Amino acid sequence: MSPTGSTPGGSADPAHASPAHTAPPARALPGHGDAHRHVLVAIVLNRPGVLNRVASLMRARNFNIETLAVSHTDQTDVSRMTITLRGDDVAVEQAAKQLYRLIDVLKVQDVTSDPTVEHEIALIKVRADDRNRGEVLTIADMYKAKVVDLAAESLIVEATGTEAEVDALIALLRGFGIKELVRSGTVVMSRGAGSIEEAVKR
Amino acid sequence: MSRSDRDSRVGANRQQTDASERKGEAMGTTDDGPGRSPTATSSRRINHMPGAGTPTADAISAGRREMLTDRHRLQIKSLAERGLSRPRIGADALCEALLRQGVDVFFGFPGGVLLPLYDVLGDYPELRHILVRHEQGAAHAADGYARASGKVGVCLGTSGPGATNLVTGIGNAMLDSVPIVALTGNVVSSLLGKDAFQEIDITGITLPCTKHNYLVRDANDIPRVVAEAFHIAATGRPGPVHIDMTKDALMGVCTAEHPGTLDLPGFKPNFDGNFRQMKLAAAEIARAERPVILAGHGVLISDAMDELRELAEKAQIPVAHTLLGVGAIDETHPLSLGWVGMHGWKHVNKAIQSADLLIALGMRFDDRVTGHVPTFAPYARIIHVDIDPAEIGKNVAVEVPIVGDVKRVLRAMLPMIPAVEPEARAAYLEELAGWRVESEKTPWHGSGSWRNGQLSADFVVCKIGEASNHDATIVADVGQNQMWAARYAGFRRPNSHISSGGLGTMGFGLPAAMGAAVGRPDKETWAIVGDGGLQMTSQELMTLVQDHIPVKIALLDNHKLGMIRQWQELIYAGNYHSSHLLGPDWLKLAEAYGVAGFRATTPEEVESAIAAARAVDGPALVHFVIAEEQNVFPMMPAGKGLSDLLEEQFEEPKQ
Repeated sequence: MSPTGSTPGGSADPAHASPAHTAPPARALPGHGDAHRHVLVAIVLNRPGVLNRVASLMRARNFNIETLAVSHTDQTDVSRMTITLRGDDVAVEQAAKQLYRLIDVLKVQDVTSDPTVEHEIALIKVRADDRNRGEVLTIADMYKAKVVDLAAESLIVEATGTEAEVDALIALLRGFGIKELVRSGTVVMSRGAGSIEEAVKR
Repeated sequence: MSRSDRDSRVGANRQQTDASERKGEAMGTTDDGPGRSPTATSSRRINHMPGAGTPTADAISAGRREMLTDRHRLQIKSLAERGLSRPRIGADALCEALLRQGVDVFFGFPGGVLLPLYDVLGDYPELRHILVRHEQGAAHAADGYARASGKVGVCLGTSGPGATNLVTGIGNAMLDSVPIVALTGNVVSSLLGKDAFQEIDITGITLPCTKHNYLVRDANDIPRVVAEAFHIAATGRPGPVHIDMTKDALMGVCTAEHPGTLDLPGFKPNFDGNFRQMKLAAAEIARAERPVILAGHGVLISDAMDELRELAEKAQIPVAHTLLGVGAIDETHPLSLGWVGMHGWKHVNKAIQSADLLIALGMRFDDRVTGHVPTFAPYARIIHVDIDPAEIGKNVAVEVPIVGDVKRVLRAMLPMIPAVEPEARAAYLEELAGWRVESEKTPWHGSGSWRNGQLSADFVVCKIGEASNHDATIVADVGQNQMWAARYAGFRRPNSHISSGGLGTMGFGLPAAMGAAVGRPDKETWAIVGDGGLQMTSQELMTLVQDHIPVKIALLDNHKLGMIRQWQELIYAGNYHSSHLLGPDWLKLAEAYGVAGFRATTPEEVESAIAAARAVDGPALVHFVIAEEQNVFPMMPAGKGLSDLLEEQFEEPKQ
């Protein structure tokens, strides 16, 4: 068996193509552009299993979630998810469209390029004794972090801020020895009077 | 066809008598067909998702409203009206809810947790239950039923293994956008999560392969959930919905009424296309010199066959179709181009590769259609119409996306598109016609004799299509038989071709044909299956006999897993591992089940064997012993593009 007509562009005669599209560039594969961090907000019905549906969909569709934060909203039957993930714009748009296919999902918005307030909270248990406690406290203070627990050999720093700010603080504290670390994952809200939740008020 | 013509049948007399005797015993059957009254066999099609403003659409939405609100006009009798004094339990609510959705038949298999349902089923004689031999058969039957009839198919399995056996069929319906409602029982809710006997987390399992699923633990939720499930399954892009009901939900007293309205705030499919996008699309069409329409399953689902033909004729655009788009346009229409993709026609793939505009309607650029995406349709701009926004830009970047129901979009767009005189496109269409002549040439086709006089499968399929004058519903299994069926049977009628496209489920053919025959009892139904696929679900032969479902089975037997063997020959250097398989003595197997059996081994025997099977009043199997090494050509190797087709190398027969 010999492959036939294997010249690029197929057996088509370029003369037939319309003048505007004479040179056949390779058709772009969607989702293969430069990946960067995106933040999605999803408003979902507060039903059993909805978190599982979202997580399962992201796994099945090969999207890699970095953080996922879920909570109630002011409406009792509605929950809000903040999802951060990496991908190119097309891939993330595809993730949003796939989320829309879930019956329990009311609204999805990519707020990456919107003006937003974006915060997460971190609790960091740092090794600190009499010799270096002052240093730790100074660093925490510079990052507007609070010390919420103090023991003879450790303390817990509570930090809030953007993911990058928390990352920076953690990097500084790592030198003292981090015993335990928990981060809530990013939560985000658009600035201004607009409301994503009002759009789905029932 | 007179009886004397049935020279090739083997032992048919006895089997036919058997079948006739059984027919009388079979549950709920009448002489008019498999359990359907003559009025029920009306040829009026009910569509999943009709376009707006059409009489059909209005009638259906009125009917749906009526179903949800007016029980008396639907004559769904309450228990009291049935003369029963027992309390109404969840199982009763389920039966009522199914009847309200217009269900008159479903496919299932009982089990421990379903016994409360089977206990009351007899009180609802208008609800026909077809007992399958394996739950996978029930799911495929519901699928075939839905595709043939345009209604929602229903299947039922018990907890644990019954439920997991349904999963293949549910996944199949998901990938092919078929509206089915799969019902399963589960253990009593107090035992959920305790690893009880026959307990499995089935909603966890079906979550990624359903459009939506439910776990019902309270009898009072059943009316609402069933109404929602049918609405979700049939609306927008159709798909399977699974309802898992605990045994106590089925047994518990149900006081809930059936809902008059549904509250589904997260489910609002967009039916109408964006006006600006449609304007852009119309301008693209007006500008194009080599446009091609690519019609998919969505055209059939949205009942847009007339609009498609109108568009093609108005703008003189040839129409190619995908595997599931077979029947979107009558294949004898002068503008019908044919089937595209991996085993599609060479001239169609060539047309795609040379097109300057693709108008993709209700299809999803599956990898079997596009091949290697970077070389797909290199000169073409693409207009993509689909009801599911997630399909747009998923596999191929497109220039003009339109989210909407194909029928509604085409109706809105048709006035915007300038008419093109046939002469203006004559050169283009003639060129395509020339390619077609070349692509359809084979030295044996028509004679039925492949190499050394061996029976060629394409000839058999061709004759099956001709036998019913291309009116029969033809259900394919998966593999070479499926490709031959789509290429050569010749389809004229919408929804007359049923095939497992997305999931490619071997074993689909027989049970899906069973469902299709029940869904369209007014049409002859053929299952075209291979010897590999039939051995996966042959147990449903017994269901055909018990329920007198007159499916005719064309078994294309090459003693091979043919498509596996073909890939091994062409891509894996002839390393034939596990592609040769033994089969039973098929005529004895048919006889054992009480199915009339016939055999054809030469081209001369083919037509009489088909005629003999058609003459049987009931199921029949024809064993076609075909050439063992015939391949399906052309073939696009995996990872290659539409321009890289492998073609048959014609050889002189070796003596």
